[in-house]
Parts: sequence; C-alpha cells; structure tokens
Amino acid sequence: MKIAVDERGYYGNFGGAYIPEMLYPNVEELRQNYLSILNDEGFRKDFDHLLKTYVGRPTPLYFAKRLSERYQAKIYLKREDLCHTGAHKVNNTIGQILLAKRLNKKNIIAETGAGQHGVATATVCALMGMECIVYMGEIDMERQKPNVERMRILGTEVRPATSGSKTLKDATNEAMRHWINNPVDTHYIIGSVVGPHPYPDMVARFQSVISEEIKWQLKETEGLESPDYVIACVGGGSNAAGAFYHYYENDDVKLIAVEAAGLGNETGKSAATTTLGKPGVLHGSRTLLMQTKDGQVVEPYSISAGLDYPGIGPVQAHLFESGRAKFYSATDEEAMKAGILLSRLEGIIPAIETAHALAALEKMTFSKDDVVVLNLSGRGDKDLETYIKWGRY
Amino acid sequence: MPVILTKNRIEQLFEEKKENILSVYFTAGFPKLEDTAKIVKYLENSGADIIEVGIPFSDPVADGPTIQESNKTALDNGISLKLIFEQLSDIRKEVKIPLILMGYINPVLQYGVEAFCKKCVEIGVDGFILPDLPLQEYLDEYKTIFERYGLLNIFLITPQTSDARIRRIDNNSRGFIYMVSLAGTTGAKGDISEDQVNYFKRVKKMNLNNPALIGFGISNKLTFNRACAHASGAIIGSAFINVLKNSKNLEKDISGFIKSVKGIQ
Ligand SMILES: Cc1ncc(COP(=O)(O)O)c(C=O)c1O
Repeated sequence: MKIAVDERGYYGNFGGAYIPEMLYPNVEELRQNYLSILNDEGFRKDFDHLLKTYVGRPTPLYFAKRLSERYQAKIYLKREDLCHTGAHKVNNTIGQILLAKRLNKKNIIAETGAGQHGVATATVCALMGMECIVYMGEIDMERQKPNVERMRILGTEVRPATSGSKTLKDATNEAMRHWINNPVDTHYIIGSVVGPHPYPDMVARFQSVISEEIKWQLKETEGLESPDYVIACVGGGSNAAGAFYHYYENDDVKLIAVEAAGLGNETGKSAATTTLGKPGVLHGSRTLLMQTKDGQVVEPYSISAGLDYPGIGPVQAHLFESGRAKFYSATDEEAMKAGILLSRLEGIIPAIETAHALAALEKMTFSKDDVVVLNLSGRGDKDLETYIKWGRY
Repeated sequence: MPVILTKNRIEQLFEEKKENILSVYFTAGFPKLEDTAKIVKYLENSGADIIEVGIPFSDPVADGPTIQESNKTALDNGISLKLIFEQLSDIRKEVKIPLILMGYINPVLQYGVEAFCKKCVEIGVDGFILPDLPLQEYLDEYKTIFERYGLLNIFLITPQTSDARIRRIDNNSRGFIYMVSLAGTTGAKGDISEDQVNYFKRVKKMNLNNPALIGFGISNKLTFNRACAHASGAIIGSAFINVLKNSKNLEKDISGFIKSVKGIQ
C-alpha cells in the first residue's frame, strides 16, 4: 500500500496544518524548503557523516537467540538503544539541527516527554553551539530526573510545563506558545511524527534510516530484505514510522504498532489512542485523539512518559484506519514484565517505551520460520527509578 | 460562490460605524458557569460594539496565561459547547449587537460543523474566530458550509504575515480582519511600541477591502486609543478577563471597565 503525504499535507484523512496564523510563516518556510534541503547532496553528506561518526550508525541488527527460542520465531532486535544518547530520537534531532542551520535559525526549542528527545536535542545543540530551551511537563521532570540533569549538563535550559496534565501534551503547548512569541530566528524541533505538515513527513524521513539499514542488514544475515513482521511501540509514532518506512509498499511485511494501555483500556487510565480516540485536531494536525464527547483533550496515562500522549501522528492514524498496520496495546504490567524478561534473556535493559513493543510478542503467534524485526527504540538507563519502584525483578 | 444577500450584523455595524469600535472577548462559563448570558447583556448595556464569546478548550495554544486559566476554570465549572448554546438560547430577545464565537476547532468538530452552524443561526450568532483553522483548511472544507448559513469567518493577520498573504486573506474575508498586534500569544500589555505602529501603518496603506480591528495586548484607554488611531477599532480580551476574575459585582465592574476604556465618565 502506498503510504505517503499528499500535497496538502494529508495521509488519507489525517494530517494538515491546523496552526494559528502566528505560526504560518514559520511552518510555511519549512514546508517550502524541507524537501530541497533534505535532498541536497551536501545536506545528505553532513547528515550521513554525523549519523555514522557521532550517533554510531549503522546500529546493529541483532539476532536475539534466547528471545527467539522463547517465542518460537526468528527475532531480530534493531538496536536503536545503542545510538548516542540512548534512543532513536537523535536521528531526527541531527537532521533538524542541520536543517535549522541551513535556515539560519539561531535558537532551538523542543518539547519532551521521557526526556529522550530533550536530551537528543540538547546534545545536537551543544554540538552545533546553539541556544536551546526544552519544555517538559512538571510530572515528567519528576519521573525522568536523570534526563533533566543530562539536558542541564549539556547547557540546555529546561522549562517546566505546569499547565494541564503537566506531561508531554502540555510541554508541546508551551513549546508552541514559545514559538508564537519568538517567530523569527527560532526553530522548533518536534520530537515525533506529530505536529503540522511538514513535520510528520520530515521526521519520518529522518527516522527512515532505521528501515533502510534493516533492509540490507537482513539481506546479509537472512538473505532477504523483508521480514514477516516489524514491531514497534507508538507514542507519537516516530520510531515506528522509521522502522516501517521502507516496508509500507510491501504488503507481505506485517506492520505491528504497540500503544500503551496504562492500567488497562477499560480503566480510563490509558494512552492507547487507536482504541480510545476519535478524529480530532491537536497540535497542528487532524488525527486520532483521546477526547471527551465535547472535544476536550483527555489526559492520558502510562507508566512510560514517552508514550503518555493523547494523540498519535497522522501517519499512524492512517496506518490504523487503512488497516496497513495492526495495533496492539500493552499495559504497564505487561510492559514491565517484558522489559525484565529481555534483561534476563538477552542482557539488554530496554526503555519502558520499548518494553511495550516487546510485550506484544506475548500476544502474537508466530510460525517457527517467521522473521520478526522488533525496533528496540531505546535503552532503560533513564528508567532505572521506575524499574526500581516497580520492584518485581 | 454563493452570495448571501441578507446583511450580517457584523457587516451592518462596520457600515454604520467607522471608528472606535470596541470588541470584547470573554470566556463562556467564567468566572461562574451561569455568568455567560449575564456578561453578554452587561457588555451591551455598557457600550461594547461586538462581543466575542470564547468556547473553552483544554489546549489553547494561541493563548497566554490569563485566557488559559479562564479556559481551565470554565471547563472545571462544567462548560461545554452544548451548554453555551443553551445559555445563549434567548440572548437575541435582549441583545442586538454582533455576537462572535471564538475558540479552537476541535470542540466544533466534535459538535459537528453543520449542527454547529445551524445552532448559531438559531441563536443569532454572526460569525466565528477559529485561530487554529487556517485559510487553506477553511477554503477546502468549511467555507461553503459557513456561507450557506450566512456566518462570517474572521481571519487573523500578524506582524509576520506577508503582504501577499494579507491580500489573500482580505480577498477571502467578510466582516473584518483581526489584526494581531504583536508576535505573541494573547495577554494584556501596558503600551504599544514603535514597531507595532509601523506594522499598523503598513497594513493601513494596503487599503484592504475589509476594515480591521486590532487585538492582543490592548488593555486600557491608552492602548485602545492608540489602536483606534490605526484601525476601525480594537479588541480587548485578557484585561477584561482580569476584571471578571476579581469582580464582586459583575454589572458594576463591567460597566466601569468599558466606560474607562472608552473614556466615558
Ligand atoms: C525510547 C523511546 N521509544 C519510543 C518513544 C515514543 O516516541 P515515538 O512513538 O515517536 O517513537 C520514546 C519517546 O520519548 C522513547 O524515548
């Protein structure tokens, strides 16, 4: 199935650029320039060079033998956790900081949930010598303390978002307000495939390096480019978009997206947007959104700060609606267990976001020869406190 | 393009009054849930020319702290679009001046665009300001519906809006253009800067088809008069919300505030 943004910025029924007029010039400047910049040979060279020498790409495609035995399939882990800063988020921030430079922007702002995108942004700003402010929900600052301090060490100012649910949604509101108030020389590095067009497409292109590598790596080990399954967790949907990107049009590859079900979808304490959401508009795009019948955005819940968002990117909403991807959800409990299981079987402590993708293995049935690639989006260092609090290991 | 022959109250007003038009924004369901209709009446009695009734939203990204907080209070009070319509159902028995609903697009989408328009006509609402409904989306999906009901959609321009885009917005507007005075979210400011005045002058020189009202940062007699020197009038929001927030007697305080802005003793 062809999955691509159209000239109006939509994936099927989802997308667009629902932004106040104050942001129009900024977003329009991006829209007009992003493709020519991304396709520019010099830009590509700089991007590839930094991904290789600074981020540490290509990341390994690791055959997880003991995990494979457990689930009776050939399971590969795409090791985005080994990227510099510990998650896939840096692929996007490297791309956007290079783009911001080419647009002559002087200041960078970002929102962050788990702090991974914040750290990845703070990192590239240090690298490029640019001023950086990161908005982070007050509650997230509490549950992701090490990342707050990492950002500060890197020279970034972390500003608490104290409105609403005090999590990722509100950090995004504050970042947008900051951009409205500083429209001229500031670039907003959005951390996922969310926001107004062209962000979802631009971020997906930067993250598409994940499936680009999977293709040739799988060819080397399995002699084929396409697995039977690609599995990824979905907060906004950027690591999933990157892992799915080069497989959209190959319908033999089953795409599996895993959302956070918190305490359970029936409890109301969940962040599983495709189960609980309806079409709506938030943060610049028309997408699936958790909301009341009056159209007020619902405060989501997940143990994982990086999945604790009431929407998903428009491309994910389209993958869901069109049936191209199958969506699962995993509860806090299921994810924590899956995280500990991977630690014990493979010696890899995953980020709790990623643990949700691992939890889907438990819900699926494979044949022995099925080749499964699971995108290991991040490592668990930032989540130690949550693991410790959970305690059952 | 269908042409609406009946005059909309907003257009009527701008035909009759060319200067010092005062438009006042407040958040429905604030400070108390049942205050909505009262505030509309008091505003008309005090001499406001247009009233913008805010539809509260959980995530008002174009708003500064004052209006964010009023949105939150109103939602905590239990306001909804449905309830706003109930509160305003008899408003045209008393109130004659133009009424505009202002808010973010999502609550409207959930209500249903067609049902929303129908209800607005029933009540006597004249138009909308929907800051996160940009021109292109409006043209593609909303324009024909709004026009069928004779409802005006008011667009914003800002100091960063290019001349070409201002022209395009002007050509697709009826009623007036909402001239956002500065690069920023809503909020009361003390004064108007040289840069802002230059921007007002630049727009005035363009001789637009539509009159303009200046909003954002207009808070008192001084800033209202300054703005009125460069446009048909001005819009006050956050400063009025602050009056409501601290008021023990809405009728008296609203009248006092509007009169002080207009310089009436
Ligand atoms: C390790 C990790 N995985 C996944 C996510 C979710 O984001 P996305 O769905 O955009 O990949 C995050 C977000 O912070 C993260 O840190």
